This record gives sequence, C-alpha cells and structure tokens, in this order.
Amino acid sequence: MILDLDKFIHGERPFWSELERFLSRLEGDPDRALPLAEAQRLHYLYERASSDLGRIMTFSAEPEIRRYLESLVARAYGEIHETRSRQHRFSPLRWLLQTLPQTFRRQWRAFALALALTAGGTLFGGIAVMVDPEAKSIAIPFSNLHGDPSERVAQAEKATGDHLRGAKARGTAFYITNNTGVAFKTLAFGVTWGIGTIVMLFSTGVMLGAVSIDYILAGHTQFLIGWLLPHGSFEIPAILIAGQAGLMLGGALIGWGSRESMATRLRAISQDLVTLIAGVTLMLIWAGIIEAWFSQYHAPMLPYWAKIAFGCVEVVLLVAYFGWCGRSPKTGDSISRRKRESEERP
Amino acid sequence: MTSRTNTLLIRTPEGIVFSQLLAGPVTRCLAWLIDMVVIIAIAVGLGLATSFLGLVSEDFAQALATLLFFVTSIGYSMVLEWYWRGQTLGKRALRLRVMDAHGLRLHPSQIVIRNLLRFADMLPVFYFVGGLACLFSRHAQRLGDLAANTIVVRQPKITEPDLDKLLEGRFNSLRGHPHLEARLRQRVSANEASLALQALLRRDEMDPPARIELFAAMAAHFKEKSVYPADAVEGIADEQYVRNVVDVVFRPRVNRSAKKPDGTEPNPAGTASTVAPP
Repeated sequence: MILDLDKFIHGERPFWSELERFLSRLEGDPDRALPLAEAQRLHYLYERASSDLGRIMTFSAEPEIRRYLESLVARAYGEIHETRSRQHRFSPLRWLLQTLPQTFRRQWRAFALALALTAGGTLFGGIAVMVDPEAKSIAIPFSNLHGDPSERVAQAEKATGDHLRGAKARGTAFYITNNTGVAFKTLAFGVTWGIGTIVMLFSTGVMLGAVSIDYILAGHTQFLIGWLLPHGSFEIPAILIAGQAGLMLGGALIGWGSRESMATRLRAISQDLVTLIAGVTLMLIWAGIIEAWFSQYHAPMLPYWAKIAFGCVEVVLLVAYFGWCGRSPKTGDSISRRKRESEERP
Repeated sequence: MTSRTNTLLIRTPEGIVFSQLLAGPVTRCLAWLIDMVVIIAIAVGLGLATSFLGLVSEDFAQALATLLFFVTSIGYSMVLEWYWRGQTLGKRALRLRVMDAHGLRLHPSQIVIRNLLRFADMLPVFYFVGGLACLFSRHAQRLGDLAANTIVVRQPKITEPDLDKLLEGRFNSLRGHPHLEARLRQRVSANEASLALQALLRRDEMDPPARIELFAAMAAHFKEKSVYPADAVEGIADEQYVRNVVDVVFRPRVNRSAKKPDGTEPNPAGTASTVAPP
C-alpha cells in the first residue's frame, strides 16, 4: 500500500520520464549500440519502473498511472531482455558473399528434399505426357504451350530482326512479378505443415517435365535447352530455394524429434527464411531480365550454341557460388556456424 | 502466458506482470481495409506519375508501373511496420500495433515473415484462412503471426481524467472521516473506480431515468464498501455520493495540519493537489 501517492508520483516521475526519453532514443535509432554506462543506466531505470509498477498495482485507484507504467515497462522489457543478435550496419556485400551461401549450405537437407520433390514431379509429368499426349493440356497451365512444338519452333526461327521491340521492359516486369509471386507462395504455403510447398514444388516439376518431354519427343531438344537454360538456370533453382524455405517452415511447425517449443523452433529459422527469400528475389530479377532480353531470341538471330554456353556458364557460377562462396579454406562453415549458435543462445 | 482471453499477460523475470490487449479479427479487418485503400491510392498515384514517362517510352512506363505496384503491395506493410514499430496507417488509425509474442523487440525478420505469409492467410479469398486462424488461435494470431511469433495488440489512448472540472468547488462530506476514507480507498478496486469515473464523465449523455437508476446502484454498491455515519451521507443524492467516492479514491488527501503560506486552512474538500497521470 502506498500511503502518500502524491509524493510517490512526484518522486518517481523524473525517472519515468528519463526512461521514456531513453526508450524513444533507442527506438528511433535501432542500430545504436549502447556504451556500458548507458546500458547500466537503462537497466537501473527499467528495474525502478518495474518496482514502481509493482507498488502501484497495490493501490486500487490509479488505473491511468498503472497503464502508463505498464506500457513503459513493456517497452523497456523488449529492449532489455532481447537476446537475439542485432546486426549493426547491414553490409550488402558481406550478406551476398557470406550470409546467403552459408545459410543455403546450412539448410541443405531442405534443399535436397525440394530438389527430390521437383525431380519426382518432372519425372511424373514427363511420363504422363509420353504415355498420354492428351495430358499435356492438364499438366501445362499455359495455353501458348499447348500447340505443336514444331510449329512454335518454326515460327520462332522465322523471326528476323528485333521482334520484341517495345515489349521487352513489360516482359521483364511481368516475369519478375509473376515468378516472385510464385516463389513467395511456395514459401508461404509451408505454413500448412509443408504440404502446400510440397504441392507447389511437385506441380512445378510436372509442368517442367511435360514441356520438356513434349519438345524432346518432337525432336527439338536443342531449341528447348537454348530456350530454357539461360533464364531457367536461375529461375528453377530460385523456386527450389523458395521450396527449401517453405519446407524449413513446415519442419519447424512439425518439430520432429525436437524438445524445443514451436515458438523457439520458428524463432531459430526466421532469419534464415528471410535470407533465403531475399536471395530468391535477386535471382528472379536476374532471371526475368534474361528471359525477356535473351531467352526469347532464337537461331538464326541468336545461335543455340551461344545461348546454351551462356546458360552453362550461369549454372557453373551458381553452383560455385552456393557451394563454396563464403567458405573458409581451412574450417569450412564451422566458424560462422559456431558464432551463430553462440549468438542464438540466450 | 494466459489461457484464451483477449488479454496477453507477460511476466518479466523481475516478477512484474504487464498486460497487452489483443486485437480481434474485426478490428484487424478494418485496419486492413484502410491499408488497402491507401495501397490503391498509392498505386493510382504511381500510375499517373509513370504515365508521363509514356511520352518517352510506353514499354518502359508500363513496366515501371507494374513493378512499382508489386513492390508497393508487398512492401507497404513491411516498410511501415519497421519504421513505425509495428504500425501501418490502418493500424495507427485504429490504435493497433504488431508486437513480438513474448514482448521482446520486433525483429525485421518477423515483419518480413508475417507479411510474406499473407499469401497463405489470404486464401481462398478475403483472408478467410487468416480470419479463421485468428478466431481459433489462442492469441488471435493469423498464420503469418504464428510463424513469425507476433501478436497484434490494441493500444487505447490513455487520457487524463479531468477531475478538476468534475469535482471543483464541491464540498465532500466523506472527507470528514479519514479512517473511513482510507478504508474506502483500500476496498475500491481499480476497475470499480474507473467505472464510477467514466459514469460521471458521461452522465450528461444518459437518459434521466437510466441516470438515476445507474447512480443509485453505484451508490448502494459503494456504501457497502465503507459504512459512513448517517450525518456524513444524509441528504446527499446518489450521484453526489458517487462523485464524493471518486474524489476520495482518485485524489490524495491534503495534509490538513499543514497551513498554506498565507496562513489560511487548505481546501476542506482536499482538491488542492491533483494527481495528474503523466
């Protein structure tokens, strides 16, 4: 019981105001690292406000002061008890050369599963179209691919000059927004315990398999590779990585063999999910540009060997990037993994 | 953490408990509608702005408009929730805020995940899945909130009650019995005190019969808390009695033995020192 509420409030209000100013400064500049003296002062003010809240709660008639102190303690609690690492001064170069490839390798099992699911879908789609050509219209959702491959190849190879003049920028925007939307959905549907992501990956594989076998059976393998490889070398891995993120999300929700709570499991992967989906977005921007400005031009205007060579170089660079970039020559990813684990530990 | 209520209680290691009022699906839907209107307005504005580029290149102008609309629709909530610490325009208008489910600081990764998972919450139309999840989850979370460990809370505006205007210049007979006054303060809960204050502040909005009935019930309730002698309550209307109770519980007692610098006695009603919440 506080006997002299007036004196109590007038005595404590300067500390509450100081804490409020402190918190506003911290919230206004999230990158600010506190010196030790300031951190100690913040802790002192927080404990004092907590103590005041505990005392005011025994005094029935001060709901306004109690609410104010509750909000102050809640804000300070978030700052004081946060144990997750705060990244100071985000470095795009370090993120690109270390964080992204290391994150990809750390979660390689989810990627392998995504790859297996898509490969299974590809096999299924290919066999389905091979056995029953009628299945093409179901397996491939794009009506412009339902026709005879030979007719399309003949038409594409007949084109002379820049037949996409005045449409390439629009095409780029369409490919980027459409593919990024698909990638985001592939990740988001992981919230259905991974089932939605599995369906997305398998159906992508079915479509890929159906288109591929349709062109291969028609004898246009070279056209197919020259058409798909330049942009597909980034687009397909990007969807697989989005699937990797979706499967990680599903896995964290299910939590097989984990003793941690669901909230802890989700918290542990949240940074990796964001890293992967940001990488996917960058890859799809590149894929969109290549698809609109390069992939849609065919021989004789652009020789197939040049397109295939370009695509092969992209694949080699991508594999090298995700396989080895950011890896220490002596210790591999172990240093960054240890550092990360120590940061996550409360 | 609490069981399923509209309040989330967080206990700190220091043993202090603070509460957060959870936002329900209807309020959140209204905030989303406001945000949708804003996004459409931004999209229209960007469309007009890029249309001027069409004079130079129609292809480029259309591509830019498509990309800007996509970035705005995806990035609007992410950017605002980061810079406004969990608020968008819609949430700010309805006093909602996204918070970490454990009361900790909101991380950028949480904001990105909860917004990307809108793709799942929106299914099949108009946030049906998200709305259902919000209705049935323990802390009114949609799927994006569950995955990102976030909650959406309501932060009603805390206004300072205008006690001076309400109580100024009125004699309070309850002040004449300090021990009963102290007992009354002790026994009246914060909710009861707040209810009585709100009733007084809104008394002019009530119909006369309802007003008489309400204050009669309140006065009877408070009279049971601390029984005053007949001379202290004789001839006082129920509304006046409730007013006196509010005066007692909300305003600290002035030290009667102390005299003012000019040598006069302090105000007998004890209205000299008002507790003004910060």
